[in-house]
Amino acid sequence: MRSDRHEKLHPHDDAVQRHGLIGKRIPLIDAQRKSTGQELYTDDLRPADCLVGKILRSPHSHAKIVSIDTRAAEAMPGVHAVLTGKEAPNSFGVLPVSQDETALAVDKVIFIGDGVAAVAADDEETALAALRLIRVEYEPLRAFLDFADSLEEVPEELRIHKKTVDGTNLHKQVRQEFGDVDGEFDRALWKKRMSFRFPGVQHAFTEPLITIAHYDADDRMTVWSAQQVPHYLHRALAKVLEMPMHKIRVIRKAVGGGFGGKSDPFPHEMVAALLSRKCRKPVRILFDREEVFYNNHGRHPSKIDVGLAIGKDKKVAALDIDALIDGGAWGSFGVVTTYYNGVLANGPYRVDNFRYRGRRIYSNRPASGAMRGHGAVNTRFAYEVLLDEAAFDLGLDPAQFRIDNALPAYTKTINEFRITTNGIVECIERACAMAGWKDKYGKMPFGRGIGIAGGFYISGSALPIHWDGIPQSTVHLKADFDGGITIHSLAAEIGQGSDTMLAQISADVLGVPIDQCRVYSDSTDTAPIDIGSYSSRVTFMAGNAVRRAAEEMRRLVIGGAADLTGYPPEVFVLEDAHAINATNREVRVPFVEALRRAMKDRGALQTTGCYSGPPPMGGQHKGAAAGLSPTYSFQAFVVELEVDLLTGKPKVHEVWAAHDCGRALNPLAVEAQIEGCVHMGLGQALCESFDYNKGNVENPNFLDYRMLSSTETPDIHAILVETYDPEGPFGAKECGEGPLLPALPAVANALHDAIGIRFYEMPITADKIWRALQKQKKAAAGSATQGAAK
Amino acid sequence: MTTASRSDSRRGDPARPDNRLLRLRVNGTVHSVAAPPHAILLDVLRDVLGLVGTKRGCDMGTCGCCNVLIDGRAVMSCLVLAHDAQGKDIQTIEGLAFDGPDMHPLSKAWAECGGSQCGFCTPGFIVTCHELLANEAAPSRTRIAEAISGNVCRCTGYKKILDAVELAAARIREAEPASAPAKSGGSK
Repeated sequence: MRSDRHEKLHPHDDAVQRHGLIGKRIPLIDAQRKSTGQELYTDDLRPADCLVGKILRSPHSHAKIVSIDTRAAEAMPGVHAVLTGKEAPNSFGVLPVSQDETALAVDKVIFIGDGVAAVAADDEETALAALRLIRVEYEPLRAFLDFADSLEEVPEELRIHKKTVDGTNLHKQVRQEFGDVDGEFDRALWKKRMSFRFPGVQHAFTEPLITIAHYDADDRMTVWSAQQVPHYLHRALAKVLEMPMHKIRVIRKAVGGGFGGKSDPFPHEMVAALLSRKCRKPVRILFDREEVFYNNHGRHPSKIDVGLAIGKDKKVAALDIDALIDGGAWGSFGVVTTYYNGVLANGPYRVDNFRYRGRRIYSNRPASGAMRGHGAVNTRFAYEVLLDEAAFDLGLDPAQFRIDNALPAYTKTINEFRITTNGIVECIERACAMAGWKDKYGKMPFGRGIGIAGGFYISGSALPIHWDGIPQSTVHLKADFDGGITIHSLAAEIGQGSDTMLAQISADVLGVPIDQCRVYSDSTDTAPIDIGSYSSRVTFMAGNAVRRAAEEMRRLVIGGAADLTGYPPEVFVLEDAHAINATNREVRVPFVEALRRAMKDRGALQTTGCYSGPPPMGGQHKGAAAGLSPTYSFQAFVVELEVDLLTGKPKVHEVWAAHDCGRALNPLAVEAQIEGCVHMGLGQALCESFDYNKGNVENPNFLDYRMLSSTETPDIHAILVETYDPEGPFGAKECGEGPLLPALPAVANALHDAIGIRFYEMPITADKIWRALQKQKKAAAGSATQGAAK
Repeated sequence: MTTASRSDSRRGDPARPDNRLLRLRVNGTVHSVAAPPHAILLDVLRDVLGLVGTKRGCDMGTCGCCNVLIDGRAVMSCLVLAHDAQGKDIQTIEGLAFDGPDMHPLSKAWAECGGSQCGFCTPGFIVTCHELLANEAAPSRTRIAEAISGNVCRCTGYKKILDAVELAAARIREAEPASAPAKSGGSK
C-alpha cells in the first residue's frame, strides 16, 4: 500500500491548507433522522382525504385494445375517478428522442403489466373491486419475446412502436469504427472471439415506487414522488397534463434507493396526477413489490459478442464489439445504453483500433433502462474476461498486463474522449499490494482463486439530454439574519449523500460548522434546476455549482467584515465561524456579525452558482457525444474466492476495491458507495437474474429474485485513490457507479484461477460451476491431457 | 398482484361494519383502535396510529423493512394480524430510537458509522439489532451478519451496518457494569 497518498496535495488546494471540512469523514447530514425513523419518505405523507389509486394491467404481452367499458366502475360507490389512456394520449419519455410512453395504453398493450385503466377510490378494497368491473376487450397480437423475432421485418401493426429501424422491432442501431480492426486481427499474436450472455437484473431498491398527486383549489398540481430526477418528471407532467410547468410542483421526499431505477418519469406518476385532476382530491399510487418488478426499468438483458486481438508487442491491438440488448417495451434511456455498451470500452486501456455495433430491440416485456454502471457493465465483463484469457495464454501476469495497457493521464482515446486525471495504475498497484496478489495468483490450491479486473466510467455526461442551454446544475445560497446558510438545489438526495456534499462544500468555503447549513433540495418550486441524480454527475456538477455559489457568498461576507474593521477584504479568510484577518489573526469578526453588516441596505444575501459543462470536446463522428464526460473515474478490483468442489458453490472471501474518485470529499461516503457497488456487482455475478417465462416475470419478489444477503457479502476493502481532478470540485470525480464495473469480471477471473474454467454467462451460480466441474473431471479422465474445460 | 388492504382512509373508523375494537400496547402506550379482523399489524401501525417509521418494503415477509419487536422478538409486521398482537408488548423504531432524551446507542452508532444510505431499511435493521443486543452483549461480526440476514439492504453492502452494531455493542457494554449478565431478551 502506498503511504504517500495523504501528502500528495493539489498545489492549489486551499481547502487542505485551511484544514477545512473537505476530506473529512463526516456522517451524512440526514443519518440521524434515518437511524431514528424520523425521516419522511413519500409513503409516509398523510394528506387529508387521500384516495387510493390503482391501475388495471394488461394480461397480454401484445394486444390491440378493442374496447374498454368503465361504466360499472364509475357507478360504484366510493369510486371518485376512472381514467383510460385515450384521455391523456400525449407521449413522454426520459429522452427527447424516445417519447414513446403514455400514461395508460392508448390503442394497444405492449407487455404483461402495461397499464390499461385506472381508478381512484376511497380505499384499496374499493379500488380493486372497481378495477374488476372494468371490461376490456383485447385482440391479441404476435408477441416479440426474443432477439431474433424483434430483428424480423414485420407489418406495421406488429411493430411495438411507430419509430423502429427498417420495419423491424429494432429500436436503435449504432456503428462506430476507428483504425484497422480487421487488419489487426489478421496480424494478431493472440485473438479470440466469444459470445457472452447476460440476463436482466433489477435495481431492487427497498422503497417501492410511490406517487401522491394533488390538483388543488388553486388549479395547481403537486406531485410527491420517489424520484431521482424531479426535473424530468416535471417536464413530462407538463407535456402529458398540458399544463405550464410553473403550475406544477414536484416534491421529492427521502427516496428509498434508486440506482437508476427511479430516474425515468413513470406512467403511474402521470396517472396519479390525471386522476387527481379529475376528482380534485389527493391520490396515492403505491406499488406492491410485484408491480415494481414489472414496471421497473432494469439492466438490459444482453447478448454481447466481443473480439479481442493482442499484437506482437503484447498490447491490445483491436477490440471488436457487437452488442444486442433487449430494451423491452419502451425507449427509456435505451438510446444512450445502446452507445454506452460500446463506447465505454475505450478505457481504462489504450485501444487504437475499435469497432462497435450496438443494437437495441423493442420486445413485449417490461422496459429496460438505466441501472448503476449504465450500459458499461456487461461489455466490461466480456472485455476483462478476454483480457484475462489473453494474459493467461501468453503467460503474462494479468495485473501487469493491465498496467502495460493502461491509458496514460491527459490523453485522448481513439473515439476522442478527453482523458484528464487517471488513477488506473495506482488502482491496480494498490489493490494488488493489499491483496497479496503476487503471492496468491496461480499459487493457491485447486478450488481457491484470485482475480483482477479494471473499470472506467463517466463522471456525468458532458452534454445534457435537453439541448436548451440551461446549466446542468444551479445552486442558490441564502444567508439571513440568523446566520444559517440555506442551500437550494434540485440534486436529488437518494441516499448517496448529495445533500451532505452540498452542505459540506458550503460549510467548508464559508468556514462555518456543517450544521449551520440546511439543504432544501426537495421542491421544484424553490430549487433552481438541476438535472438530478443519475449518470454519476452530482458531486462533479452540483459540487462545482455549490462551490461557486459559496465562494460568491464568502466574498459578500468578507465585504461585511472589511466594512466593520476597516481592513481591506483581501486580507480576510473565513474560518472557525469567523472572518479572520490572515495578516493579523487577532482581528476576528464573528461570521454572523460580518454577515449582518453585509446585509445592511440589501437584505438577505443570496448567491447563485452553476455548472454548464466542460469546454467543447469530442469528435465529429456519429454518436461522438455519447460517453463524453468532463472527467472519468477508474477502478481496479481484486477478488479472492473459494469454490466448494463438491457442490460448486462459490464463496467470495474478500474484495479489494480500488477506485480513483479524484478526491474523496468525504471518505466515509466514498467508501460507502464503493461497498454498495461491490455488493450489487457481486450479486449480478453470482445470483441475480430477472427471469421470464415468455412475457411473464418468474421472480418478481425478493425471495425468488436472489440478492446476496449479509452472510454472503464478503469483506470489502475500499481503497480510495486520489488523483485531484483539475475541474472537479476540490478535485473530486464520481464514485457511485464506476466501482460496480470490475466486480463481475474479477469474480469470473478469480474462478478461472480457482478451477481453471471460464464462464461466459451470468450469473455464475453453483449449478453452472458444478456442471463445468463435472465436465472437467470427465475430460481429464477421458484423455491424458489436463482438462481445460468449456 | 397482491391485494393486501392498505392506505385506507376509512380504516380506524369505528362505524365501518366489519371493524372490531382492539387494544394494542405500542411503545408502552395502550391504544384502542378499530380495525377489521383481517387487518395487518403494519397497516394499523402506519395508517391508524401514524407510526410511519416502520416501513413497507415488500408486504410479503421478504425484506425486513417492517420489523417491530413483539415481546422482545423482531417480527415482520406485514405478516402479523393486528388482532393477534393484542396483549403483547409491541415496540417500533419510534419507541426504540431514544432512551429519554438520549439517542439509543444503536441509532447513534448507525448514524456515525454510515449504517444508512437511503435509510429505508434502517428502522427494520435497528429493530432486529435491538433483539440481538438484548441477548448477546458482544456478538462477533459473523454473528451480527447472521442476525441481520433476514433484512435486505441494497445500498451499503452491509459492512458499515456491521461496524455500527459492533460499536453500539461496545458502548452498551462500557455503559453497563462489566459483571452484569447479558439480558435474556424477550423470548419466552
